[in-house]
Amino acid sequence: MKILVVAEQREGKLKKHAFEALRTARTVAEQAGGQVVALVIGTRVQDVAATLGGYGAQRILTVEDPRLQQYSTTAYTRIIADIAKAEQASVVILAASALGKDCAPRIAVRLDAGLAVDCIALKVDGGDIIATRPVYAGKALTEIRVTSPVKVITLRPNVFPAGSSSGTTVQPEPVSIILSDSDFGTVVKETTQTAGKLDVAEADIIVSGGRGLRGPENFKMIEELASALGAAVGASRAVVDAGWRPHEEQVGQTGKTVSPSLYVAVAISGAIQHLAGMSSSKYIVAINKDKDAPIFEVADYGIVADAFEIVPVLTQEVRKLLGK
Amino acid sequence: MKLVACINHVPDTATKVAIAADGRSIERTGVTFTVNPYDEFAIEECLRLKEKLGGEVIAVSLGGDTHRETLRKALAMGADKAVLLKDESPRDSFAVACALTQYLKEASPDAVFFGKQSVDSDDAAVGPMVAEMLGLPSVTVVVKLDINGTTVTAQREIEGGRETVETKLPAVFTAQKGLNEPRYPSLRGIMAAKNKPIEERVPAAVSPKVEILSMRKPPTKNPGKIVGTDVSAVPELVRLLHEEAKVI
Repeated sequence: MKILVVAEQREGKLKKHAFEALRTARTVAEQAGGQVVALVIGTRVQDVAATLGGYGAQRILTVEDPRLQQYSTTAYTRIIADIAKAEQASVVILAASALGKDCAPRIAVRLDAGLAVDCIALKVDGGDIIATRPVYAGKALTEIRVTSPVKVITLRPNVFPAGSSSGTTVQPEPVSIILSDSDFGTVVKETTQTAGKLDVAEADIIVSGGRGLRGPENFKMIEELASALGAAVGASRAVVDAGWRPHEEQVGQTGKTVSPSLYVAVAISGAIQHLAGMSSSKYIVAINKDKDAPIFEVADYGIVADAFEIVPVLTQEVRKLLGK
Repeated sequence: MKLVACINHVPDTATKVAIAADGRSIERTGVTFTVNPYDEFAIEECLRLKEKLGGEVIAVSLGGDTHRETLRKALAMGADKAVLLKDESPRDSFAVACALTQYLKEASPDAVFFGKQSVDSDDAAVGPMVAEMLGLPSVTVVVKLDINGTTVTAQREIEGGRETVETKLPAVFTAQKGLNEPRYPSLRGIMAAKNKPIEERVPAAVSPKVEILSMRKPPTKNPGKIVGTDVSAVPELVRLLHEEAKVI
């Protein structure tokens, strides 16, 4: 079994989920008997690619071109599929990041491969891989098997452990792929990052506010608590629809599905659609003055009290603990 | 412009999911089905482009007769015609994409719109798969779209920000919430929809490449603890998070 892992980089830095994907691939390869090859695409990525050796890559391939400074759906699809074929990889793994979810389906078609999306567990069964993935916004879990000889799998970020680097570096092998204009059918012209904000999809701790906060100005205390915890700010659908917070912060069935280590739900009642988006968080704290709020059914720890009284004190206590 | 919206008929998001007797799907009795929420943005974008640039909007759905309800909704919003690809066999994203591609190859649209994902399978794959099968560019999770002749500038959502993507028609787009505000069908639209045609076709059978072995409810959590009912509970909460949960 040869597993090709696409290790995503942005602005010359490897994403944490690149290490998670590599570590997972290595675990699978050891159980099934096989080899792990990592692939990094971009410009001037040789040095950063070499570090993947510490996370389980046995070989590392790089594809560099000035036109790959930014992402391109069609170019990445072509590069990854061509290399998967050249390497005769039977499994291609990407993180289910925005980039991974964008190109994995196209890569799967090009490789005539079945696609397992946003998996939260992988298990080796004989020579096969059985994946567990959430459906209906996580209200159910399915075990699936990709029946085609080649399989494309995307892994949900922040679920599989990356572990720490063993320190091994592996010399990357640059691969020369001649890219023509027609490979760049879509081109990213620019990327705007919401300055300084940690995205809920990438955060390990999230503090979310709901309609119980009564108004957008009251989100300031949520932002302060988030800042003290090094957390991202999330929001319920109600406050996004009311225009208090941007859609990027919405957690829930028609927002983002998140699985952080800690989710703090402040003044959120816990509608089914919201729970669907966050109930797989490792630990959930609920702060709500309504003891019957459904959020308490999924919370590990709860305080039944007015959020306005609790949150500022919680921020203070967190700062004390973390020495801020 | 020939604009196609590919739409799905799915369980309402308020559904409390129960596992069916076959152990591999959800129990459908008592479940309310509706148009996939993300597909409404797709239909709306087609309607806006038609209003701005002229042309025709076609709504397509793969499924059984129950999908007619969702196609009628698209017609009531303003789509000109609808196509039901009649097939109820279990299909994975690949097999769904094959059926849609079979129709779209013939229809040859200028732009194809999908919702970013179907809230049942949550694969977010059919749109880009169809694009690859048709040999067209695709932009997913689109929150803003500008079309100038055949040049397209789209904004898509990525972690912590947005990407501005340029491409050319014909192309495939998957719509994210925020792309537009879907209109409510007017009474006149609902009445007119009754007379608009829903063409029925039977897509070729395709073997799926993904098999669902089992489906289960997620593990229920152990009941949590209410740490307290006033500010005096806060230090204890922080202690528990630090020492017991070890998350801070």
